[in-house]
Formats: sequence, C-alpha cells, structure tokens
Amino acid sequence: MSKTTPSQTVGPFFHFGLTDNYEIDDLAGTQAEGERIVIEGHVLDGDGEPVPDCMIEIWQANAAGKYDHPEDRQDKPVDLGFRGFGRVGTDPEGRFHFRTVRPGPVPGRGNSLQAPHILVQIFARGLLKQLVTRIYLEGEPANDTDPVLHMIEDAAARSSLIARNKGDGHYHWDIVLQGENETQFFDA
Amino acid sequence: MSDIPGYRLVTPDSAPAHPYPDYRSNPLRVPKRPLMILPHTLSEVTGPAYGHESVKPEDADLTRQHGGEPLGERIIVHGRVLDEDARPVRNSLVEIWQANAAGRYVHQRDQHPAPIDPNFTGAGRCMTDDDGYYRFVTIKPGAYPWRNHHNAWRPAHIHFSMFGASFMQRLVTQMYFPGDPLFPFDPIFNSVTDEAARQRMISNFDLDATQPEWALAFKFDIVLRGREATPMED
Repeated sequence: MSKTTPSQTVGPFFHFGLTDNYEIDDLAGTQAEGERIVIEGHVLDGDGEPVPDCMIEIWQANAAGKYDHPEDRQDKPVDLGFRGFGRVGTDPEGRFHFRTVRPGPVPGRGNSLQAPHILVQIFARGLLKQLVTRIYLEGEPANDTDPVLHMIEDAAARSSLIARNKGDGHYHWDIVLQGENETQFFDA
Repeated sequence: MSDIPGYRLVTPDSAPAHPYPDYRSNPLRVPKRPLMILPHTLSEVTGPAYGHESVKPEDADLTRQHGGEPLGERIIVHGRVLDEDARPVRNSLVEIWQANAAGRYVHQRDQHPAPIDPNFTGAGRCMTDDDGYYRFVTIKPGAYPWRNHHNAWRPAHIHFSMFGASFMQRLVTQMYFPGDPLFPFDPIFNSVTDEAARQRMISNFDLDATQPEWALAFKFDIVLRGREATPMED
C-alpha cells in the first residue's frame, strides 16, 4: 500500500490561487429548490482575534437530502439549480457568509437518519492540516436524534456545531479555532 | 442498509505534528480540545465535482497567461494523483499557486522586496485524466524570506490543492524541489517529523520528461487517502 502525501499549510498567500477568481458564496442562485438560508459568522483565534486569512469550504445535500455524487444512490432528485459546494475567504475582520438552501436530512450509519447539516473544512496560515467540522441549524427537531451530535457528550462542544437562528433565514455560526468557546473539530 | 465504506484515517507519521510551535502562526490557531473521530457517512464519502465546467486547457500553462514570457527557469511539473491502493484519482481538480522566479508572490500582502514579474501570476489549474495524470508548465519558484525566526527562508515550493473523489480526500500540500539546502531550517517542511513522509513532498528531477531546448521537468506523484473497503461499482 502506498502512503499518503502529507498535508501542508495553505500559507498567507492563497487568495490569488484559490479564492480571488473561484469563490462561491452563493450555492443556491435563483434556480435551486428549497428554503434559502444564510450562514454568517467570524473565524477567531485563541486570543479571540479575527482570522483574516482563512478559507472555508462547505459541502451539503440539496433540499431533498440528495448529494450530487455517484455514491449517493438514494432515489431522490438531483437539483441542477443547486451546487452543494461553497468556498469563501474571510474578510479583514475575519467574517464570512454563505447563501445556500436548507439541506434535507440524509441517511447516517446503520439505519439512522442524520439531521440537516453542512460539512465544513477550514484552511489557514498556521494550520498545517485543514480542520473539519459540521454546521447544524438551531430549531431543527431532528437535531435531538442526530447520531453525530449525540456522540458529543460535552454540551458546550455539541452546542458549538449549532448555528443560531437569527430569523429571516439567517443563521449565525462562529468558528473558534481555540479557547473557551472552541469549536468541536473532527478527526475525519 | 449496509454502511458505505469510509476513507482510512491519515496515519500520524504521514501528518504534520499537531500542534507544532516552531511554526509561529500555529500555536494560537490550532485547537486544544481533542479532535473527535467522525465515522464516515454518505456526507463524508461524497464531494464536489468542482472545476469540470470552468477549467480551460490554457490554465495549466502558467507561462502563457500574459502578453510576454515570464522570467526564470521554465519547468514542467507533472505526475499522477493516486489513492493508497494505487488507484488513479480520475477527472479531479488540481490547483497550484506559487511565487515567481525571484521569490515574490503577486499577493498584495507579500512585502518581500523582490521584483514582481508582469508576465507571471503563478496560479494554475487542471483536471486529472483517466490515469490520474496531470501536467503543468510553469517557472521554477524562488526561495523567499519570512519572519518566522531570525533569517528564515522558505525552500522553493509550489502549493498544491487536490479535490479527489470525496470531500474527505481533499488535500492541500506543498511540492518541494530535490536537494534544497533550506530543508533543515524550514519549520513548515519539518512539521512532518517522519523522514520518509517528508520525502513524499519532494519532487524528482525527471530527465525523460524534459523538453530539449525548452524546459526541465519534475515529477510529483500525490497519494490521497484510500477506502476502508472497495465500494461497489455500477
């Protein structure tokens, strides 16, 4: 078996290669099916300072709970008006936002059902390997039975994955790389 | 319903140290709470087919993106993207970005007093073919100073970003050049503490792939994570 190539940091100068021309902050456009939502927040470091040189990528199912990928064999429609992938850089104040649709529920392991969620990867100067986490949406009844949320015993850690409902389809979710309100990240 | 096979975890010897304080930007940004194992589900084993609609053949030649020829040593950088079981990662986006021959990035925050080359941006993209093969034409990047410690210089490198076949195969790394005298002094390179793993980030000079009277060549094969078991194919 071959061994994997190690990860290295994106460094401080990735923008002209990854985000200046290839940013996707709107996954839904005008054609996608489903309820429009906005996820917005800050990326903060261990001193609580904003992280202005961070790239965030997300991946999610469409409103019906279908991934546009050959390994998703569910009998659900692919939505050609929706792209499940987003990528943005943080601004000088460490802010980011995505406009997307509320994802549908997708199957988990065994016979479980997962609450609507969005996968997240975080790249930045200082991070030698990307961080992986998930966004859940406050107020989703299925959060109570989601197998991944259920796995996290610490209430504050579990809460760190839940974007707060600000009304009008806006959700606030901060990524805290380190410190008191640190986001729970995964070895995935 | 039977579970979809996940991707193998990256073994510690193939990963950079976590945390790694010799890299000064690391200590305030690396999480302190232990990472939690996330058993893979449909969410993790799927991922974007990104770039297919927008990548153009000329995006892979970084020497032809402007009106004139960039300065520096013209090189071909090529190789295959494979998984741990040596299966080619097909039709998948590879993105690169780098400094110019003088060691200067076009990025506005790069203040290194070396010249910007009006004929070189330093960003490229291409899709792997059915063998997982990719190929770029570019300029050999220069080393450049940074302020990590006294007299710190980064060895010459090209940043690589791979999408793979799923979101959990995603990899961002740096390709280095053989025999660089700066290797022993670079904390980013040495954050990978296993000697054999560091060697996997160094390209090989490839005489067979050089173009006589035109360009030298370096080969860089990239290995992404493999599956725990072979998924069923249609």
